[in-house]
Amino acid sequence: MRSDRGPSAPIGLKLAATGGLLFLHLPILLIFVYAFTTEEKSFVWPPPGLTTQWFAVTWNRPDVWQALSLSVRVAAISTAIALVLGTLCAAAVSRTKFFGRETISLLVILPIALPGIITGIALRSAFALAEIPFSFWTIVLGHATFCVVVVYNNAVARFRRTSGSMIEASMDLGADGFQTFRHVVLPNIATALLAGGMLAFALSFDEVIVTTFTAGQQQTVPIWMLEELIRPRQRPVTNVVAMVVVLVTLLPILVAYYLTRDGDQIAGSGK
Amino acid sequence: MTSAVSFQKVSRHFGSVRAVDAVDLDIVPGEFFAMLGPSGSGKTTCLRLIAGFEQPTAGSISIFGERAEGVPPYRRNVNTVFQDYALFPHLNVLDNVAYGLMVKGIGRPERQKAAEDALALVRLPGYGARRPGQLSGGQRQRVALARALVNQPKVLLLDEPLGALDLKLRENMQEELKSLQKALGITFVFVTHDQGEALSMADRVAVFNDGKIMQIGTPEDIYQRPKTRFVADFVGSSNVLPPDFVQRYAGQHRWGSLRPESIRIGRAAKGDGVAARLVSTNYLGATTRLALDAEGLRLHVIVPAGAALPREGEAVALTFNREQLHLMDDLG
Repeated sequence: MRSDRGPSAPIGLKLAATGGLLFLHLPILLIFVYAFTTEEKSFVWPPPGLTTQWFAVTWNRPDVWQALSLSVRVAAISTAIALVLGTLCAAAVSRTKFFGRETISLLVILPIALPGIITGIALRSAFALAEIPFSFWTIVLGHATFCVVVVYNNAVARFRRTSGSMIEASMDLGADGFQTFRHVVLPNIATALLAGGMLAFALSFDEVIVTTFTAGQQQTVPIWMLEELIRPRQRPVTNVVAMVVVLVTLLPILVAYYLTRDGDQIAGSGK
Repeated sequence: MTSAVSFQKVSRHFGSVRAVDAVDLDIVPGEFFAMLGPSGSGKTTCLRLIAGFEQPTAGSISIFGERAEGVPPYRRNVNTVFQDYALFPHLNVLDNVAYGLMVKGIGRPERQKAAEDALALVRLPGYGARRPGQLSGGQRQRVALARALVNQPKVLLLDEPLGALDLKLRENMQEELKSLQKALGITFVFVTHDQGEALSMADRVAVFNDGKIMQIGTPEDIYQRPKTRFVADFVGSSNVLPPDFVQRYAGQHRWGSLRPESIRIGRAAKGDGVAARLVSTNYLGATTRLALDAEGLRLHVIVPAGAALPREGEAVALTFNREQLHLMDDLG
């Protein structure tokens, strides 16, 4: 039995917990409120009036659409790359014991433990050294470094719970490697991959630091927002976009949480 | 006649560990063959060599006359019942059983019919819609059996399939497996560390130790006429008697094996027999197992329930028929 029938917590603890939650979430609510303000040059509290005109304004701004489209494409392709590489790597690490296995496991996870600025600088100088011009693909590569980690972590946790004799059983019953992957391995890791993929997408979508170092003239959504905050014009547009970003990144994380809550940790969701 | 499975000087080494060491083996088609031995004795590796999960380091394996080296598991007409059953959790019972037919490209109605039949064969008719997670250990075991049998293998490999079941269930399954094997006429190769299981089910038993086969024979051979001290001790915990002891009572300087149920306990006063002192008694239900100290040698005696027992520490005389004392070669 859990402690939920025990004595209730002291009032001081309750106040502290409420205070902590408010501190975490009030600023986010504030962002939502400013999306409806009538004052466009600076953020004034309380808002002088409420309007929904900024949604229409945002809709008609081509720079918003460009940034959104770039972000979605980068996130989708980085996630796709991460799904393939992360799964392959997880399969290799969890299925066989070989010399240097732990080291490889650590090296794969490292990009998410390293500060983004290190990854960014490293990639930027590597691209410069190899004389690769900054483009859509350099952003994708940068994002793939940490997206792989998220997929890898989720897949490794699932592989660990999947009995190795199941693969042998499949082979024993006449399935070759490809059939075994399609009929046994994939169905067993599908939810883990979906969860990992959604997290990777969300991570890529709001990434700033690595993007700053690997993008050329293109602007992803977060970079566009940073630029926008400097200009004192149509400020609430930024808030409208912020609301969209919150929804786009929060929903996948929630789905990922529900898909993997029976045992797997949502590895890397803290980044 | 071609052997169902034939090993010629087969070895499987893992680094410096000789898991299987120059094993020769011939399994007759249609027999129930048990591979018995303690853990790490190489019996499971032998099974995996037949299944194709391992490749021999040296030697050659043939299955019904066909060379098996380099042939992957999915191209062998051999199926395995795994120790942990290895059912697919994402498929229901019927799809689990039909899996082998599905990957062979057999149509849905046909393979489902075959799977239903296989489930009926293992006495689980109508369980097809359930998930493996909803079944008991014994039922999962039957599903694993049906899943292997539906492919009509020439050899069925069973890797300690009864290990996870409780005693009552295990005894039932032993009988059932035995009659199933008789009815189907398929060669069964059964790995176990339980000597009782091997003796009661198998037509022939191979006793493994340290990657080698110590003895192959009928259960009676193995039990009554062990060739080595290891076999005598491992199969039915015989009393292994050193040559000096045997010399005194049988006139030959050789190792001897004396079954605990072959020894009779008498009064010390009579004078004949081996003088011994009772150390401890173990009540086992149908029998009682006595540990005795005979001139520094520890002997075990099994007496039926209800027999008069000496007190602990009491001096007794042990007698046995000369023909019950089996002489062995001085090997391992």
